Amino acid sequence: MNANYMYSLIAVIILLLLAYVGVAGMHLEVLFGVIIPYAAIAIFIGGFIYKVVDWAKSPVPFPITTTAGQQASLPMVSPALIDNPKNKTGVVIRMLLDILLFRSLFRNTRFEVRDTNKFSYELEKWLWLFALIFHYAFLTVVVRHLRFFTEPVLLPVQLLEKLDSFFQVGLPVLYLSGVALLAASIYLFLRRVFIPQMRYISLPADYFPLFLIMGIAGSGLLMRYFAKVDIVSAKELTMGLVTLRPTIPEGIGAIFYVHLFLVCVLLAYFPFSKLMHLGGIFFSPTRNMPGNNREVRHANPWNYPVKIHTYEDYEDEFREKMIEAGLPVEKMPEPKENLEEGKKE
Amino acid sequence: MPNNSKGMYNKNLVIAGIVIFVILAAFPFWFNVGRSAPAPEIILTEKAIAAEDCVRDKEYMTLEHMQLLDVWRDAVVRDGKRIYVNPKGVEFNMSLSNTCLDCHSNKEEFCDRCHDYTSVSPYCWDCHIDNPQGD
Ligand code: HEC
Ligand code: HEC
Ligand code: HEC
Ligand code: HEM
Repeated sequence: MNANYMYSLIAVIILLLLAYVGVAGMHLEVLFGVIIPYAAIAIFIGGFIYKVVDWAKSPVPFPITTTAGQQASLPMVSPALIDNPKNKTGVVIRMLLDILLFRSLFRNTRFEVRDTNKFSYELEKWLWLFALIFHYAFLTVVVRHLRFFTEPVLLPVQLLEKLDSFFQVGLPVLYLSGVALLAASIYLFLRRVFIPQMRYISLPADYFPLFLIMGIAGSGLLMRYFAKVDIVSAKELTMGLVTLRPTIPEGIGAIFYVHLFLVCVLLAYFPFSKLMHLGGIFFSPTRNMPGNNREVRHANPWNYPVKIHTYEDYEDEFREKMIEAGLPVEKMPEPKENLEEGKKE
Repeated sequence: MPNNSKGMYNKNLVIAGIVIFVILAAFPFWFNVGRSAPAPEIILTEKAIAAEDCVRDKEYMTLEHMQLLDVWRDAVVRDGKRIYVNPKGVEFNMSLSNTCLDCHSNKEEFCDRCHDYTSVSPYCWDCHIDNPQGD
């Protein structure tokens, strides 16, 4: 038992029960089906913009690009133009590969003591593999869900449905992405529990989103394959939301509201949690800066114009006093000033 | 300007990013402006109305008809059984085209209306005929 994940698990279970009791027991369909979803979307979009603007205002004082290859230098040394890009094109390619293929996770290694007293670095690809499955399954599920939010349903969404149900298992036909999403999030959770180093650094903020996503995927799968809900009414509700004419159709089934409520919690939680890496990846200085520190001077944006006082200015200011005190000056005062002195006498 | 607390760095890029994000996140809202999507109205044939009941009760049919078809398919193709007895004791020939589409011969106004609305496209009709009575 570990307090960090027990707290997160209990939190998700409470949320789940809240929606279930709220709808099945207290008939708060309007709250869970209209008010909370609108609030969640507003918090999601508003919070996202707030975070991004906040980050964009923070200066990056040093070029801290990570180098996974030779920096461009002399012509005889061949540079790694993607792993250590020297210009914007290289940065864009590195960024795309990282976002689409998780290239930096692919480099993940595991440190091990092998035999006796021998250290070794092992390639560790499981995290990369499951992270990739997790994110693409999530994306597929979300895009497929557009069938609830568009009428007529767009062709690309229908093609994705065909592709996702390629193996035509059972009826309603099994969507691979839904199962993959649940399986991958379970892997990501077990990894934190069973690897001691991972357990040590894992906090409730790491477990909570995983449980939340497991809850969403679990309730979704339950609703599609086991405890079925009325999909036509469900779509009436979702279309009501997005056409700004909210309605609460009869008899959708409480589990739909549980699913929807967990999604709303995820949306509202998103901008203020680690999930913001969706926007944050674009602001990672280690990824978005070219490794050209030898070619280009990176000025610290904190630098402001310093007030300087040169010797010439100094002498101009104190020349008379310096002469009076018998100090040497570089520029002798002009004769006009002598005349003035003469007048005084 | 000490700690540029008012301005954003790379302002144009960041604003472009925010605009793209908002367009994507709010897609369902702007896509549906000026549209309405009433739930489909499904029509029962004379024959179905005369029969009054479906194979099972209405709620079960609405939610589980695909499950029922799956059971039927397996019973016929794997076990060679062709007769289904429902909880009320009524017998049905377990056949997609000959039973379901006998009462619901108006597939376009019945099955398809629901399925189009929820973007379901059963692949059954690749093989099974959808107008067993002919045009
Ligand atoms: C009340 C609306 C409605 C009617 C009428 C209806 N269906 Fe469906 N059907 C659905 C929904 C909704 C699904 C998908 C359920 C889901 O996505 O969980 C579905 C799924 C199916 C599936 C599984 C398809 C797949 O790819 O998963 C088959 C097969 C099917 N229906 C056959 C029929 C037939 C045959 C008829 C006409 C006799 C019919 N349905 C009438 C709503 C309806
Ligand atoms: C004996 C005629 C008959 C047969 C055979 C029949 N149905 Fe029905 N079906 C009906 C009737 C009548 C209703 C309307 C029931 C009601 O409103 O209470 C109905 C309703 C339905 C509904 C629910 C529609 C809604 O409003 O949600 C579905 C789905 C459906 N049938 C599918 C099927 C499928 C699939 C088959 C084949 C397995 C089938 N039916 C076979 C007569 C039939
Ligand atoms: C590749 C072609 C093919 C596809 C696609 C297909 N079937 Fe069939 N189906 C058959 C064949 C062949 C039989 C056997 C016919 C027989 O013995 O009467 C059959 C038999 C059946 C039967 C029982 C017999 C009858 O007359 O209907 C049912 C029910 C059935 N299929 C349902 C479905 C459903 C539901 C789908 C779609 C989800 C589907 N089938 C898709 C080929 C297909
Ligand atoms: C974070 C976003 C969401 C995720 C990850 C998610 C996940 C899932 C999963 C995994 C399923 C199982 C079936 C499938 O793979 O399609 C599912 C089904 C479902 N989801 Fe979601 N969901 C999300 C958002 C929503 C929203 C916003 C709604 C509606 C308001 C919704 C309504 C439904 C319904 C009605 C089903 C049943 C589908 C069916 O029976 O065909 N989901 N969801």
